[in-house]
Amino acid sequence: MTAAMAGFPRRVPSFALIGRFSERPLAVVGAILALGVVAIALAAPFIAPRDPASTDFGALLLPPLSEGHPLGTDDLGRDVISRVIWGAQASMQAGVFSTLLAVLVAVPIGLVSGYYRGAPDLIAMRLTDTMLAFPYLIVAVGLAVVLGPSLTNATIAIGLVQIPKLLRVTRGEVLALREETFVAGAVADGATDAFIIFRHILPNVVNTLLVQSTIIVPYAIIAESSLSFLGLGVQPPTPSWGVMLTTAQPYMDRAPWLALVPGLAISIASLSFNLFGDGLRDALDPRLRR
Amino acid sequence: MSRFLLRRSGIALITLLLASVLVFVGARALPGDPAIALSGEGFDPAANAAIRQKYGLDDPLPVQYGRWLILVVQGELGRSTRSGLPVAAIVRDRIPLTLELAGLAMLLAIAIGLPAGVLAAARRGGRVDLLANAVALSGLSVPHFWLGLMLILLFASSLRLLPASGFTPFTEDPLDNLRRMILPAFVLGTGIAAVLMRQVRSTMIETLGADYVRTARAKGLSERDVIVGHALRNSLISVVTLVGLELGALISGSVITESIFLVPGFGRLIIDAVVSRDYPVIQAVALISAAAYIVLNLGVDVMYSLLNPKIRVTRASA
Repeated sequence: MTAAMAGFPRRVPSFALIGRFSERPLAVVGAILALGVVAIALAAPFIAPRDPASTDFGALLLPPLSEGHPLGTDDLGRDVISRVIWGAQASMQAGVFSTLLAVLVAVPIGLVSGYYRGAPDLIAMRLTDTMLAFPYLIVAVGLAVVLGPSLTNATIAIGLVQIPKLLRVTRGEVLALREETFVAGAVADGATDAFIIFRHILPNVVNTLLVQSTIIVPYAIIAESSLSFLGLGVQPPTPSWGVMLTTAQPYMDRAPWLALVPGLAISIASLSFNLFGDGLRDALDPRLRR
Repeated sequence: MSRFLLRRSGIALITLLLASVLVFVGARALPGDPAIALSGEGFDPAANAAIRQKYGLDDPLPVQYGRWLILVVQGELGRSTRSGLPVAAIVRDRIPLTLELAGLAMLLAIAIGLPAGVLAAARRGGRVDLLANAVALSGLSVPHFWLGLMLILLFASSLRLLPASGFTPFTEDPLDNLRRMILPAFVLGTGIAAVLMRQVRSTMIETLGADYVRTARAKGLSERDVIVGHALRNSLISVVTLVGLELGALISGSVITESIFLVPGFGRLIIDAVVSRDYPVIQAVALISAAAYIVLNLGVDVMYSLLNPKIRVTRASA
């Protein structure tokens, strides 16, 4: 919006952005934690002390700080810390790929429908209206029933549900930008539509898209764990934080740590991306600067 | 005014039709031949053909869709393949419970989110603001179902203050009903309270910078009157919109909450139907959720236009 007000494409120099971002301690903490979670997911095979699936019936429901099991063991004697580390993979996979899916579908359609308006816009708007009407759990249930429950199908469902919102945000920005004088100038200059969209409009939407995407990730992390918890996502014995909570439920009285640990992992992972996203939004939006 | 209403209703109708097409096509994509399911044990080609004939399964899809739609409009949603009961009756039994849960959750969300958002905006940058933001961010980051499990652990298992799960109909014992509804409603409401708080805070901050608020202050009104009488009134519109948009979150949330607290509502019905592959029920649940969202948001838009005439003009031209 501010770029629109200035009347010409205005890009924030990256060092200034980093400067403004680093002035926010919570945002920096969020960014570091988020990177940490991604790193844990990527390095899981190397840093997990044990095989997350190997059972040990001589060591069932060990409490945390037991020898060899810093976070204890579950009902099948599996090492909880190893399962939490491996669980980061499912979470990050759902978070990253559902966001990618939403961006790759929503942004091109949003650009075209906002730039050309008319019939494509009308169709896109009615379709997004329709998609918005279905809650994510219903979409996930539908996909799980038709294609079978799996992490991939849960990720697709989570991504699909994000498309209409992201598409509308993109379209709204493009609608405003195409009325700007720099677009009129480019048209007068004889620029092609593709050139205007990619060189003049897209760079001005990138900031908004970046912030929107960081908001989708924590949403997807929670959605994945919820679906896995309900049996519609990751299938056991693959470790996932949601699946761990399902198995923890019958042992809540005797082994509360089984429910505590994966829940904290989900909360920390999504909180870190939320903090990161909030900081990014504030750093990118000059209106919020005091 | 009437033009806006007409246009908005037309759009809602188109959306409703598109949603029904989606549900119908989705149901056809389900694995398994309905004729085989209907003919029961053993496969007999002649019986199968008879059933296909009887239920019109060989007709072109648009014809089948038309026939299905006419039945749906009449409230005929088919029969559950699991219990054999009419789907419409099952849904009618389940919905009041979920409505109670969702209503309580919404009340709780407004009771927490609205004042917190107003206070945070009024004391922007202060300690209250910081605290409210931190709580809201945690509310967004903690998964509902885990919060539910932890609350059961605390209030039911350790303190033994509240029942962990189960349900008593309101008509039988209103007090026990509420006692059992507190935890699920709290779990469902906190996430929405967080979204609401952030929304109210940002619109309030915007409104507090508006010219008419400056005028109100210049008139010598107390800060309290400025906030409650002027700024809050305008921010309420965003609350109304949010209530409509959050319906999807409420439905998704109720599925999870009802599963944890074993409340036999609409949400629990969805999971039961998936587990038993009860296709007619799944189809009905998807259709009803979408229809509820579309109708509620039509209502919100109409209310919105009554509250703020400016929206009629801008929305109608969008």
